[in-house]
Amino acid sequence: MYGFEALTFNIHGGYLEAIVRGHRAGLLTTADYNNLCQCENLDDIKMHLSATKYGSYLQNEPSPLHTTTIVEKCTLKLVDDYKHMLCQATEPMSTFLEYIRYGHMIDNVVLIVTGTLHERDVQELIEKCHPLGMFDSIATLAVAQNMRELYRLVLVDTPLAPYFSECLTSEDLDDMNIEIMRNTLYKAYLEDFYKFCQKLGGATAEIMSDLLAFEADRRAVNITINSIGTELTREDRKKLYSNFGLLYPYGHEELAICEDIDQVRGVMEKYPPYQAIFSKMSYGESQMLDKAFYEEEVRRLCLAFEQQFHYGVFFAYMRLREQEIRNLMWISECVAQNQKSRIHDSVVYMF
Amino acid sequence: MITTIAVRDRRMSGMGVDASSWGAALVRISPYTFSAIGIAISIGVSVLGAAWGIYITGSSLIGAAIEAPRITSKNLISVIFCEAVAIYGVIVAIILQTKLESVPTSKMYDAESLRAGYAIFASGIIVGFANLVCGLCVGIIGSSCALSDAQNSTLFVKILVIEIFGSALGLFGVIVGIIMSAQATWPTKLISGIFIVIWILSLVSRRKNLCEDSESFFWDS
Repeated sequence: MYGFEALTFNIHGGYLEAIVRGHRAGLLTTADYNNLCQCENLDDIKMHLSATKYGSYLQNEPSPLHTTTIVEKCTLKLVDDYKHMLCQATEPMSTFLEYIRYGHMIDNVVLIVTGTLHERDVQELIEKCHPLGMFDSIATLAVAQNMRELYRLVLVDTPLAPYFSECLTSEDLDDMNIEIMRNTLYKAYLEDFYKFCQKLGGATAEIMSDLLAFEADRRAVNITINSIGTELTREDRKKLYSNFGLLYPYGHEELAICEDIDQVRGVMEKYPPYQAIFSKMSYGESQMLDKAFYEEEVRRLCLAFEQQFHYGVFFAYMRLREQEIRNLMWISECVAQNQKSRIHDSVVYMF
Repeated sequence: MITTIAVRDRRMSGMGVDASSWGAALVRISPYTFSAIGIAISIGVSVLGAAWGIYITGSSLIGAAIEAPRITSKNLISVIFCEAVAIYGVIVAIILQTKLESVPTSKMYDAESLRAGYAIFASGIIVGFANLVCGLCVGIIGSSCALSDAQNSTLFVKILVIEIFGSALGLFGVIVGIIMSAQATWPTKLISGIFIVIWILSLVSRRKNLCEDSESFFWDS
């Protein structure tokens, strides 16, 4: 019953919600980012980060730092936080937290399969995988030749198994198929997550519906823009769009027939929330679209913390941390390559 | 047996209920039952409210204190406000049980004794449910208070003011409950008191008559 979650949420979720809000207080603020942007080299960055919650993760690193080390250690903190929350959670929160990982699992699967296709070493690929998306038999992915084998050998035992029903073909894996597989899996995952949140009901359903709908719409726009000029047919493109969200179903009809970015803009400007995003960009410019979407996502995620007694705060915290790690990676790369003028192109400020 | 049934029927039709209806069943429930249930509800449901509030506040407080240990001592006030709700329930239960008196069997179903029984019952329900919602209210606000204090310590006092208003709800319940319980006068003492008064008056008037008679006797002789 919406509105009465306050009475019983704290039995199972009170402690973890308080912990995740404590973590949220440790996210980097604009002042921290300004300090980091002033840094001259990576050691300065390490020094500034030692005053934040990342301190204990970075302090033991030897002096010639790489940007990948910084990103890896920060991701380690995210994984530690997540695992701490997951082991304390009961149903249905533990299922909810598991759902947050499936996106990373899909990314890891695609990474390994693509890498194998391009003749890379399996061990090297596994090191590049996101730690939240690891599962036991991940190394076996390198052996599979087509999707049916992929499913039968590896994925049938993982939580991703139910998402494969739509993309089981006997075709060999190549770049195009892999991208389609990634998007099909992600579509099935988003729809499953959406249904799960609707089943939970209450404030969780409302807040997560909004966040997932934005995610679905953003992916739809990205799929459209990326497939302009490729061989992907309109029907195939439409099959990759999720069946929920603000753009469903009429926006999807219109997006499926778009042939360039201005047409996409024309479609999106009919929807007020997205019109605000697109109005920030001038005509013909698409580089800023990613950043505009990230900013909108961060804005909505921060709003999820305004309400108490729902699971959306966990999802929001994980996403905000990932955004912060992206910010740190960008800043580290700019500092390491001495391109500090471009730092502000891609840093999304949160608070 | 038939005469007692006839007496009961006449008494009940005097009270306005048909002898074989649900209303008849209700007025045949002993007033002691109603009183006892009222006392049980007053303490039981109050403690339920207090416990509910304490766990809502406590779980948030513990989790928030991990990242911000400074909040623990101040936020125990929220737990104390919830505890006060349980104390109100205990106090009223003790007051109510002192109002219980024995009534002779012939008077047990009189209107007066039913009224006393219902008064104690109502008082118990008032206090119990007022404290239930008060405990819940203070608990939820206390949880938000702990989480906000962990983020920004200037918010604590402001949210405490909200909590104080919430805890006043329990106090309203206690006040009205105690006023209701003052209505719980059982029939025994009053009627026997009237008899005693009448008897004393009769003694006094007989004494006066005797004195006047003896005076007139002395005067005449």
